Amino acid sequence: MIYRETGQFKSSYESDQALFPIKQDRYVILGVLIVTFGVVPGLLNEYWLNAILLPFLIYALAALGLNILTGYCGQVSLGTGGFMAVGAFSVYKLMIAFPELGFIPLVLLSGVITAAVGALFGLPSLRIKGFYLAVATLAAQFFLIWLFNKVGWFFNYNASGMINSPPMTVFGVIITGPEGDMTGKYYLVATFVALFALVAKNLARGRIGRNWMAIRDMDIAAELIGVRPLIAKLSAFAVSSFYIGMAGALYFAVWLGSAEPTEAFDINQSFLVLFMIIIGGLGSVLGSFLGAGFMVLMPILLKNIMVDGFGTDAALAAHIEIITVGVLIIGFLIVEPHGLARLWRIAKEKMRLWPFPH
Amino acid sequence: MTERNIGDVILKVDNISLSFGVMKVLDDISFDVRQGEIRSIIGPNGAGKSSMLNVINGFYHPQQGSITFKGNTRKQMAPHVAASQGIARTFQNIALFKGMSTLDNIMTGRNLKMKTNLFWQALHIGPARTEEIENREAAERIIDFLDIQAIRKKPVGKLPYGLQKRVELGRALAAEPDLLLLDEPMAGMNSEEKEDMCRFIIDVNDEFGTTITLIEHDMGVVMDLSDRVLVLDYGKQLADDVPDKVRTNQTVIDAYLGVPHE
Repeated sequence: MIYRETGQFKSSYESDQALFPIKQDRYVILGVLIVTFGVVPGLLNEYWLNAILLPFLIYALAALGLNILTGYCGQVSLGTGGFMAVGAFSVYKLMIAFPELGFIPLVLLSGVITAAVGALFGLPSLRIKGFYLAVATLAAQFFLIWLFNKVGWFFNYNASGMINSPPMTVFGVIITGPEGDMTGKYYLVATFVALFALVAKNLARGRIGRNWMAIRDMDIAAELIGVRPLIAKLSAFAVSSFYIGMAGALYFAVWLGSAEPTEAFDINQSFLVLFMIIIGGLGSVLGSFLGAGFMVLMPILLKNIMVDGFGTDAALAAHIEIITVGVLIIGFLIVEPHGLARLWRIAKEKMRLWPFPH
Repeated sequence: MTERNIGDVILKVDNISLSFGVMKVLDDISFDVRQGEIRSIIGPNGAGKSSMLNVINGFYHPQQGSITFKGNTRKQMAPHVAASQGIARTFQNIALFKGMSTLDNIMTGRNLKMKTNLFWQALHIGPARTEEIENREAAERIIDFLDIQAIRKKPVGKLPYGLQKRVELGRALAAEPDLLLLDEPMAGMNSEEKEDMCRFIIDVNDEFGTTITLIEHDMGVVMDLSDRVLVLDYGKQLADDVPDKVRTNQTVIDAYLGVPHE
């Protein structure tokens, strides 16, 4: 069929190690980028951008982060919500204290702060593994949310305990808070996600990514060929938290505009992002996007079908929606435990060989 | 066999004793390995052979004794330090990175040769890209040497056992070690695979000049390959000599075949 690498010869290691060695993949990615940046903003209305695409992109960024830690380095974390809160509160404090720095550097800086916090809470991973580590990161989740609720300095002693995003501009367009320009918000978030997806892909195919995967697959053998577990694990925690912190910052400042820690960053967020990478595919950049898309779009789609299509009562529809999403998750995991990314890979294999079975 | 090119002592093990609780695993073991040598450790099950290798590459910490490698004496060290000093090994039960391809496994073996930082790696330009390509060339030389070109992009978890053993040898060779520890490289292989593996071991020793210490149960292989053989039994050192002497040593024969009880 069209998807075939016949005739595409590689004469250097460089071209063999390229990000997308097969020509058709390069065209697909180019097409996706053109649609994302050229077509979508003009075509879709504010509802689509605000209710669907912004959360999808922001969750994709968080899922990328968690996938680096859990998918590539094999360290299970249930602290995602807490780390997103660190990003959100960092960017809030920075926006108040140093507005002159500009919004984009502040988001990066809050990512760096979250990376430091993440590395700190990653220290137990040097001693404990698997479920036990998950429980230790759960402690991070609860501790951080408690901290942001109890210590007034973080929310500037606001009586309601909420943080509100002050308006900030990027290239003269208001990006943050409720007055922000929707198209501008979309462009900003999409650029962040596209750039950091590329960074994740680069890290995964280089020495650092291989060291992470080595620790994930067989930590003893990794250590015996010179991978230092301390550095590999803590760097995974740091890079992962950097992504999640930026996602939290964008989630609060760009999408929500105001946030309250127990509501916006509770344990359900941690589970949501974890489900995204499990359904999307562990250890796959594409899987982070597919999982985020599935978990963001599926509830909205179901709701629209039920309420608008069948005229179901809204409250009943909400309950059916929860049940259906749960059933779909179980169904997916039975059919393909390695996630949507694996399904896509199998589909590509089949396309290469079609119409022959082997 | 060509003229053996044996140099000075590269590894010296002095009076190593290791116990887990009351279990004495190694009892006052001393031996040395010379540069360019193929050195075997044999003994019945539970003799402490694998423990000895684990002590050498820093995975177990002995209670007594010291290890001198390339002139540095130490009692304890972390495994990654041993790796950076030039000790590589393979495992009795294959310990490959199952989710990664053959090429990535071998490239991981070269991680100590790669130095670029997170920043360059994230952008994958400049030094990171050059380094990646240089190390890819080195990895491809090992792939050629072991004749595993066809499986370089395959995930190793799906490869047959014999090939997995070969990839694991490749990963250890990728580090360009001075001392290569092989823990039962031929366990569970058919005779053809064994012949291949023997050929690789001889070639590694001959072409790269790598010093090899191996544990093996196939006596034919051990006697043919080794320059010297160390015999352990229940953590004790029974003999340490050239193969012909070991073969006729009465205590060794007794340990392997048993002695009649009066």
